[in-house]
Amino acid sequence: MDTSRSPLEATGFSRKLAATIIIVYMIVTLIPITWMVATSFKSVDSAISYPPEVFFEPSLEGYVNLFTNRSRQPKDYLDSLPPPDTWYEELVRSREMVITGPSKFLPRYSNSLIIGFGATFFSVFLGSLAAYALSRFKVPLKDDLLFFILSTRMFPPIAVAVPIFIMYRKLGLGDTHVGMIILYTVVNLSLSVWLLKGFMDEIPREYEEAAMIDGYSRMQAFFKVVLPQATTGIAATAIFCMIFSWNEYAFAVLLTQFNAQTAPPFIPTIIGEGGLDWPAIGAGTTLFLIPVMIFTVVLRKHLLRGITFGAVRK
Amino acid sequence: MAEIEIKNLHKSFGDFVAVKNSNLIIENKEFFVLLGPSGCGKTTTLRMIAGLELPTSGNIYLDKEDVGYLRASQRDIAFVFQLFALYPHMNVRNNLAFPLKMQKLSRSEVDAKVLEAAKLLRIDHLLKSKVSSLAGGDRQRVALGRALVRRPKAFLMDEPLGTLDAEFRELMCLELRKLHDDIDATTVYVTHDQQEAMSMADRIAVMNEGVVLQADSPKVIYNKPKTKFVANFIGSPGMNFIPINEKISPSQSSIKLLDSSLNIPEQKEGTDSNENFLGVRPENLKLVSENGVKGNVFGVEYLGSRKILTIETQLGNIKIRVDSDTQVNINEQIQFDTLNNNQIIFDGSNDKALQSEFMS
Repeated sequence: MDTSRSPLEATGFSRKLAATIIIVYMIVTLIPITWMVATSFKSVDSAISYPPEVFFEPSLEGYVNLFTNRSRQPKDYLDSLPPPDTWYEELVRSREMVITGPSKFLPRYSNSLIIGFGATFFSVFLGSLAAYALSRFKVPLKDDLLFFILSTRMFPPIAVAVPIFIMYRKLGLGDTHVGMIILYTVVNLSLSVWLLKGFMDEIPREYEEAAMIDGYSRMQAFFKVVLPQATTGIAATAIFCMIFSWNEYAFAVLLTQFNAQTAPPFIPTIIGEGGLDWPAIGAGTTLFLIPVMIFTVVLRKHLLRGITFGAVRK
Repeated sequence: MAEIEIKNLHKSFGDFVAVKNSNLIIENKEFFVLLGPSGCGKTTTLRMIAGLELPTSGNIYLDKEDVGYLRASQRDIAFVFQLFALYPHMNVRNNLAFPLKMQKLSRSEVDAKVLEAAKLLRIDHLLKSKVSSLAGGDRQRVALGRALVRRPKAFLMDEPLGTLDAEFRELMCLELRKLHDDIDATTVYVTHDQQEAMSMADRIAVMNEGVVLQADSPKVIYNKPKTKFVANFIGSPGMNFIPINEKISPSQSSIKLLDSSLNIPEQKEGTDSNENFLGVRPENLKLVSENGVKGNVFGVEYLGSRKILTIETQLGNIKIRVDSDTQVNINEQIQFDTLNNNQIIFDGSNDKALQSEFMS
């Protein structure tokens, strides 16, 4: 018998099984993303060709189309123009079109960034204050309060779309950044309060007591001693809140249109000539993935520790 | 440095009374230990002095000033926690500097004070280390450093050596006491470990069930305990209690024990009860060859420098301390007698020690 291995360690077979499952799962999740990224580098014709092209000549047409508005011009007009200054003008010219201006993608994208990060910040900030209070103080009806907070997530948020729509119109919050930040913060708060309360419960009271004896007020102790130790929880919570606010589609369609429209409702409406411009949509979605990806990778270590935090006593 | 006075201090959590109308005076520069079993209210008392709990009623005076209902941050005292509570996100230097940052000192003043405290505790070479990389004893020193860096009026310590291993604990006991003397501190120290208490304290207050039973020097606590609980709690093993079925009257100087009579210190108080106890420490009994109390050896504990014998007698089980080279076997018939005239009579009705020639 092989005694060099700890009995708690997995055997060769179960390791292989685990690896196989992970690889299969990875392939299943990655195929659509790979296809999407590939599409973003195809030309319009190649994107809709049948059978689908797995190997193709890469083109930046999708990205150019994503960022620009173009119009088709007659050949003799195009010939009369001076030669194109840049590679993207040349690309557009070769399709017998000229660039008429920037598209709305960048403003929509920055709306997404403002609203996504804004909502995440407020969800985590307000959530950590509430979680600390619920973790440390005697709050009347604490359990009922916690259950109420949880219950706000028991129905899909869109179930209250109509009242919110009417309310937002009356309050003038429709199609504003503030309105969307408030909405996403409210939806995220229940998650963030519950998650963060768990983390706060794990932080021994001695830390803030030590700080308070050393001359700090409770608020100062909270910011200087408690919050830095809750980094793990805050990172994990921030990722969940960010993913929700970043991806949210239904309310964005319903409540935003011109001013505060985010990227999710905008991207599918990119229409080229004679139908949807798939490479441009692919390019938009690819670029849309990047911030959440960076955000998650940066906080990845905390996320992993966050999920197992408190499972085993240190 | 300061004198701390506790007057009629009372604390209850709902129905549970943690501290019952306690009174204590902790003198300036004193090393004062609160000793008792877990749940006796010693930590609650300490936390009330610190301002981490507010009293239900009663007062706490720090240098004659009533601080009982002030915030912790307004009391100018320092607290060392059992688990040290070093801030894990700061290095040693920042941990030490943390209490000073509230005092509006210049950077160089802060640095000088941190260095001074670190040198005193011999941790100046660790200032840049992360606290998570420190060994238990060094963490302890950092925790002490953080407490003494701003020279507070008093140090409060809640079982600060509880998590250290035995070898280290003894060393830290010595260091703590030396530190206390070096900086002329007033220290209130909570522990359930009588050895720690005996070795460090100027005075010990023994608490049980929220009541301060006795506050005296270790010697008085050990030799002249005022209640049965104190007599039993202090000393290992604790005092022997031999039931005596006899009413004690003032000026009595012998009692009947089985068939013979035993001389005791002349009593100054009497009892109403017929059921009282004779208290005698295991080391105040000796083995004799004749005219002693007879019994069977029930157990022998070898403790290196001494042996503890448990003797089964008609009076119940009695523990005797003998030299470790004394030869006794289990079930052997032996006789024993008292060594000195320093027995204590406890009133069976209230477990209190009677006044006598010896006790006063």
